[in-house]
This record gives sequence, C-alpha cells and structure tokens, in this order.
Amino acid sequence: MDIYVCVRRVPDTSEVEIEIDRSGRALEEDDFSWDINEWDAYAVEAAVQLKERLGARVTALTVGDEDDEEVLRRALAMGCDQARLLSDDVFAGADSWVTARILAAAMAEPRPDLVLCGAVSADQGRGQVGGFLAGLLDLPLVALATDLQVEEGSARVRHEVSGGVEHLVDLRLPAVVTVQTGLNEPRYVSIRGIRKVAGVEIPVLGAADLGLDPAELQPRVVTEELFPPPQGGGAEILTGSGEEQVERLVELLHEHGGLV
Amino acid sequence: MPAIEISPAAHRILQLPASLLQALLLLAAGAAFLWILRRRLQLLRAASPQPRLDRPGRRLLRLLVIGFGQARQPRYRLAGGLHILIFAGFLILSVRSLGLIGEAFAPGFADFGPAYAASKDWVELLVLAACATAACRRLLLRPARYHDRHATESHAREALLILGLISTLMVADAVYDGSGLGLRGETGGWREPLATLAAGLLGGSETTLLRAHLAGFWVHNATLLLFLCLLPLGKHFHVLTALPNVFFSKLEPSGAVKPPSYREADFDSLESVGVGRLEDFGWKHLLDAYTCTDCGRCSDHCPAYAAGTPLSPRMISLKMRAAAYAHYPVFGPVVPPAERPALVGETIGEGELWSCTTCGACEEACPVTIEYIDKVVDMRRRLVDEGRLPATLQKPMAALEKRGNPFGKTARQRGRWAEPDGEEEPLLPALDPGEAADVLFFTDSAVAFDPRLQRTAAAFARLLRAAGVEAGHLGRDEVDSGHEARRFGEEGLFLALREQNRAALAERRFARVVTTDPHAMNALRHDYGLERPVLHHSQLLAELAADGRLSFSPLADRRTYAFHDPCYLGRHNGQYEAPRRLLAAIPGLRTVEMERCRNRSFCCGGGSLYLFNEVECERRMGEIRLEQAVAAGAQVVVTACPFCLINLEDAVKTSGREGEIEILDLAELAARAAGLATPAAASGG
Repeated sequence: MDIYVCVRRVPDTSEVEIEIDRSGRALEEDDFSWDINEWDAYAVEAAVQLKERLGARVTALTVGDEDDEEVLRRALAMGCDQARLLSDDVFAGADSWVTARILAAAMAEPRPDLVLCGAVSADQGRGQVGGFLAGLLDLPLVALATDLQVEEGSARVRHEVSGGVEHLVDLRLPAVVTVQTGLNEPRYVSIRGIRKVAGVEIPVLGAADLGLDPAELQPRVVTEELFPPPQGGGAEILTGSGEEQVERLVELLHEHGGLV
Repeated sequence: MPAIEISPAAHRILQLPASLLQALLLLAAGAAFLWILRRRLQLLRAASPQPRLDRPGRRLLRLLVIGFGQARQPRYRLAGGLHILIFAGFLILSVRSLGLIGEAFAPGFADFGPAYAASKDWVELLVLAACATAACRRLLLRPARYHDRHATESHAREALLILGLISTLMVADAVYDGSGLGLRGETGGWREPLATLAAGLLGGSETTLLRAHLAGFWVHNATLLLFLCLLPLGKHFHVLTALPNVFFSKLEPSGAVKPPSYREADFDSLESVGVGRLEDFGWKHLLDAYTCTDCGRCSDHCPAYAAGTPLSPRMISLKMRAAAYAHYPVFGPVVPPAERPALVGETIGEGELWSCTTCGACEEACPVTIEYIDKVVDMRRRLVDEGRLPATLQKPMAALEKRGNPFGKTARQRGRWAEPDGEEEPLLPALDPGEAADVLFFTDSAVAFDPRLQRTAAAFARLLRAAGVEAGHLGRDEVDSGHEARRFGEEGLFLALREQNRAALAERRFARVVTTDPHAMNALRHDYGLERPVLHHSQLLAELAADGRLSFSPLADRRTYAFHDPCYLGRHNGQYEAPRRLLAAIPGLRTVEMERCRNRSFCCGGGSLYLFNEVECERRMGEIRLEQAVAAGAQVVVTACPFCLINLEDAVKTSGREGEIEILDLAELAARAAGLATPAAASGG
C-alpha cells in the first residue's frame, strides 16, 4: 500500500506581537518559530500507524523551500519511509489550487492507495488543498475525519458534518482523507529522533521533474492587503468584588438574551 | 566430667556418623544455594555496565556507617531498633552457628569460652524478643507501611516465615545449650538465662536431656542451611546483598543523573537509549531490586504516593525483582525478551514513571541505599525515544526546542523582569558578550517569564544592589537550563540547551554564578560541570548578611514563619543551613520547623515541566505540604525555590486559605526586612 501524506510548515504566532511587514501583504517573521502544521502531525501519525499495523510505504510531501525541509525530517522521524521536497522558483506565491496541482503531480508514480492531509493549515486556514487534490486525482474525498479504520482496499471513516453531527462512511480505496486534530495522539519526536534522520536524503523535485508547465501554475488567489481587524466597540471590563462582577454579568447576559 | 559423651559428633543419626550427615547436609544445601545464586548472578552479568568500584575508601566508610552502623534505621524508632537488634544478633550469632556446624566434625569446636557463651545467650534472648515484637507488629499492629496500595501480593507470610526460622534457630540453640548444661550437671544462672530456662524446662532425666541435646543441635544446623537456601528466593536475599549494595552505592551527588551510557560518550551514536528491558539496567540497579526488603520506607516518604498517584517507589523495586525471578527462573531457560510483558509500559506503567518528581525522599529513606531517580530517568529516556511523551508535555518540550523556554516566550522578552514598570534603569544589567561582573545571576526560564516569580528576581536584584554587589545577567542569550528536560528523559534537548548556555557563559567573565532556582543550581553544578562556584541565593544573601553588607530590621508583623526545604537545595545539594542563617539574621523573626523538614522535607509538586505535567492523583502534593505547615503553626511559609512558591501559592488558593497563610521567597522576605520591598511585593503582607 502506498500512502502519501501532505505536510506544511507553519509559524507559531503565540506569544509574538503580530506586526505586518512593509509590503502590507505579509507578517514580520523575526520572532516566529516554525513547526509542522498541527493537523498534519495527526495525518502523519495516522499514516505511520497504518504502516505499523498493515505494512505500507509512507511518503511525506511538502511544497516549499529548503527551510521547509525541517517538517519533512520530522515526518521521517515519526516513521515515514521517504520524503519529497517540492521546490522551484516558479512555485513561489502558490495558492491552494497551485499547491494541490504540484502535490498531485508528485503522486503520479506510484499511484496512491491513500492520501492523507491535515484538514486545514494553521496559518491560512482555508482547508482547500485536500479537496482540490481529490478533484485533480479523481479520487473520492472524506474531509474532517475524526476516526479512520483501514483494511485492505477499503476504509471506514467517521467525519464531522455541520451541526455537530458525524457521518460514518465506508469507501473503497484509493481515496483522499483530510484529518481533524484528535484523530490520534501524535508521537513525540525527540531531538535524537530528528538527528537520526538527518542523513536521510530528501529528493528535491522542481516543475520540470514533475512535468509541470510553469504557465499553468499561476495562482488564482492573490493577497492584496493584510491588516488587523478594526477594533470593535462594546467590550466592557467588569469591576468590583467577585460577587458584584457575577451579578453584573448575569444582568448583562439577561439583557442581551444570553440567558433565558 | 559427664558419664557419657555429649558432643553430637559422637552420636550416629539414622545409622550415619554425625560428620557424614553434616557433610551431606552441607553438600546438598551448598549445591542448591549455589545453583540459585548462579541464576541471580546470570542476570547481573547480562546487565549493562555500571562503574561502582572507584573510591574504595569512601565505599568502605559508607559500608561501615550505613551498612554495619545501620545509620538509616533509627528514622523509624521501633522497627529500626528491632532491626538493629536482629542485625547485631545476626553478626554475633553467626560465629556460634558456624561453630555448631564444625561441632559435627570436631567435638568442642563450638566452644568459644564462657564469655562468648554468656554474651551469645543474652543476645539470643534479645533476638527472640525482637522477633516476637516484630511478629506482633506484623500480625496485630499491621502498620500501613507494610500494605502498599498498589501491591497485588503481600510479603507478610514470608516475613513471618523468616521470623519463625530465626526464632527456631534461637530456641534450638537454647535447647542444645540448656540440655548440655544439664548433662554436665552445671547451672548457667544469670550468665546464661536462656539456656538455664531451657534446662529447667527439660528436667533431670539423662535420656531426655541427651535426646533434646541432639535434637536441638540438628534442628539448628538443618534450619540454618534451609535458611541459607531460602534467602535468594525472596525478600530476605537482602541478608546477603544489603551490605554489598551499600558498598556499591552511588557516590555521586544524588542530584546528578547517570549518563545515558557508560560505554559511549557520544549521545547521538547510541543505538538505543534508556531502559526498555531488564538487561538494559545497570547491574547495580538490578542488585537494588534483589536487595529491596519491602520495608516501605521509600513509599512512606514519597510525596507522589501520599498524593495518590500511580507511583509507589517500592513497587518499582518489587516489580523489577519479580520480573528478574520470573525471567531468570531457578529451573528452566531464560525467558527471551520478546516473550515477556513490556517492562516499561506494562510491568512498570507510564503513569508511575511520569509521577516521580525526582525529589529524592525515597533514596534518602532507604536503609540499603536503593536508587530510584536514575532508574526512573532511564526508563523515561526510553519512552521519549519511542515518542511516548504525554501530550501535555509535548508543547512545552517543543517550545524548549524552538524558543529555549517551556512557555514559548520569545528571547527578547527574557530580560524584561529586570525592567519593572516605574524603574528608570534596569535593576540588574544584562551583560553583553565580553562584559564582566563579579556575580552572574542565572535566572532560568520560570523566574525570567512568570510574572509572580519575576517579583522574586526583582527583590533579589534590589538586595544585590543595596549590598553593592557587582552583578549582571545573560539577558536574551540565556536559555532554559534543561534541568527538567533531562530528568524527563529528553537528553538530546538537554544537551542542545546546555550547549547554548555554555556558549553564552563562555562569552562573559564572572567569578561566581548565583541563582534563585535550586533546579538551575543543581543543573549548573552537576549537569554542566561549571568550573566556577554556583551559589544559591540563600547562600549569597546569608554571606552578605554575615559580612554586614545587608542589614535587617524587625518586621512589623507578629506572625510565625516556617522554612520549606526545596528538594534540590536540601536533599540533593545538602544546603540546609544558609536559609536558616538568613532567617536568624532578621531580628525578632519567630520561626518554627515543620515535622518533615531538612532531609525529610516533603516535595511540593516539582518544577519547570512538572507545571505542565498532568498526573492522575487524589490530592495535590502542594496541598499536603501546606497542611503540614499549618499543623506546625506557620502563618508564613518561606521557600527558596520558584516552583515551591508557585505550587504552594496554588495550594493556598485551592484549599481556600487565602489571607490565612502567606508564601514568600527568601529574597522577598529579606527585601522586606531590609526595607527594600516594592509595593507589589509588600502587598501580600
């Protein structure tokens, strides 16, 4: 069984004072620390668990530059068999659509039995790549998986639909599944684990290697401007003793229809 | 002279000459004993290397003090006293027992003169009394210490069997001696009370006396040999292993953890890390398991056990021994590792391992110097290497890797504690590379970033300034000491952090390092091997007070203060006096000691990564400690560790004692008494 798992490096913006850079289209990155997208870590764990249980070859893919190699190393340290860094100058500014095209091209050979993606990325939060990928590969898609059971040639997936309802679906493989956090418990990767895979060669594949025509890689979504949301009104800090604050809070909730 | 020959050597038993019977018994018992022992040694030979032959002088001294001197027994008055009695009896009477074996071959061999006869008779009487008392404790008093919450089987029966065997030896010898007195027509009187009593009970018939004489002799000799063979099958193996275990005990400070390997210094080139199966332990750690007497002193002192976590230190030893006996059986082949339950994860649960705060109370209490921290750390190393780190610890661990602190704060925020609002210039300068100061203040992460702890650092900085100490800190170049990262088993991360700190330290010149965090102090001393002195702030402040560079006025309040000994200051680094000297330097300060103070101090819950560690428990350790402080009559608990402060303040809130009891760092108290308190720091009082 061939499993592809798509991962992405995202910045950790917690504890950082967010500043927009001079271009107005990106953030100051000086204080950022970078790590694998949280959802993708669950996808990698799911892939590695399937490999440990059923035997499979797991390939981790990312679109990016040499800095992004670090998340592929993490995926290798978690137990992926191989990794591909999809990198080319013409990939710069790739939107979800272009990213999906690049990833799909990298899955041409061997064809996937299962493609796992994080449901969404922590930075852009669009949640599109998995869907585009299924379309491009002409495979069935299950999004937002919260449970994944795979047997030879088929899978049973529980996934979230709107209104807090969950679906349980059976599908025949190959397929694309995007995973929610909480699907499993991603294993810890120790510093030693990362160092052990430091010597593993990660092939870098460009547009030519993937048989992609740069003309077809024009992003369809372009960032025009980045700005903090305008400050709204209506915020109120309650003062006084604990009891007074609670009383006032109950009052306010009643006024605004929060308590019936 | 008696009319008949009374030495057992002259009497046939079952048609056999005494010397032949004794030789057969010796041969059978010796063969059985050596056979079992060989199995026990086989595991030790298969174990990992552990260098424990260095510094023989210091080892002999430990053997004399803790081994023969039984120095750790009196912590429990009655049980310890009984043990000292039985142990002394064992030493004195082993001469007698060997003598009786020889008596079967050579009449008169067991005669060591009247002085020995008299003393050994009294000792036998005392040992009998000790055995009876010990049996009463087991059967009637049933101390909680002997009944571990996590135990699946009790060793009470084995304990009673052994007490019975020891008593049998005493009674048999008394019967032998008493009948001997009768046969010779002598009386022992008060010189030999036990033998005299036996003689009195046996009466005057020569036939009865002779029968009793021979029976006493052979019962004694057979019991002795049976006893020998039973030793390596249960918890009384300690009779043989305890003294060697003390001799081979860890001489390094208890705060220093063992390296991942003694064979290979380069961590990255190790094939596997930590302990995953029995043979991965060092041989001494397996000897520990053989030596455990199931006395329960470790668990009785363990804060994690008191808090109802899955951990009971003694169970680690007992489960290790049970696994050793099961996988290296007396008969049959060694069970291959693949066919055993997983040592780490099954036999010893992950919850047990993550519950240990490495406070060291268990090791301090153990009368036979069994080590626990190194074992726990070694098993955690394996869990971490296999990716089995609890989810709540993964974020702080990743933050340590990416940002050099478990809170995920940026480096530029690290020195901000020294620039409190309203101060024109920093309380303490950040030293740039190349700069020098007399004292370098290593804050470590929690003190640098936690708003509550920043106030303790500020108080300390004000004291340094008032005393005219030329000091500075590393500013944004400092990263976490890695003390807990290492003890949680993430050795690679610890090594990376140490490298960064070592580089930052090497770029600056200073005579001494000081820290308000005993964990950081322990790391810098034992994990970093820093060549300059590393002081705890209690030491520096006590020194400044003694030199008159700091002077204190009486505090306005009339409250009672108690000092809480932090584990890594006290137990692990032996510093109990400096903080108390500092308290004594504040005029009129009323202090009390908690029952669990100094080396018996009770851990408040652990530091650094332990703040993120979520272990199932019935109660918080901090709450238990707070109750102990209240019981001692304290209204203020003074700590000297940032994590004690956090944990105990949390306990004040969760147990609803706000306004009733206050928690203070030593530096905050000293700053108040020196009239340097900031409004924020003073508001609590």
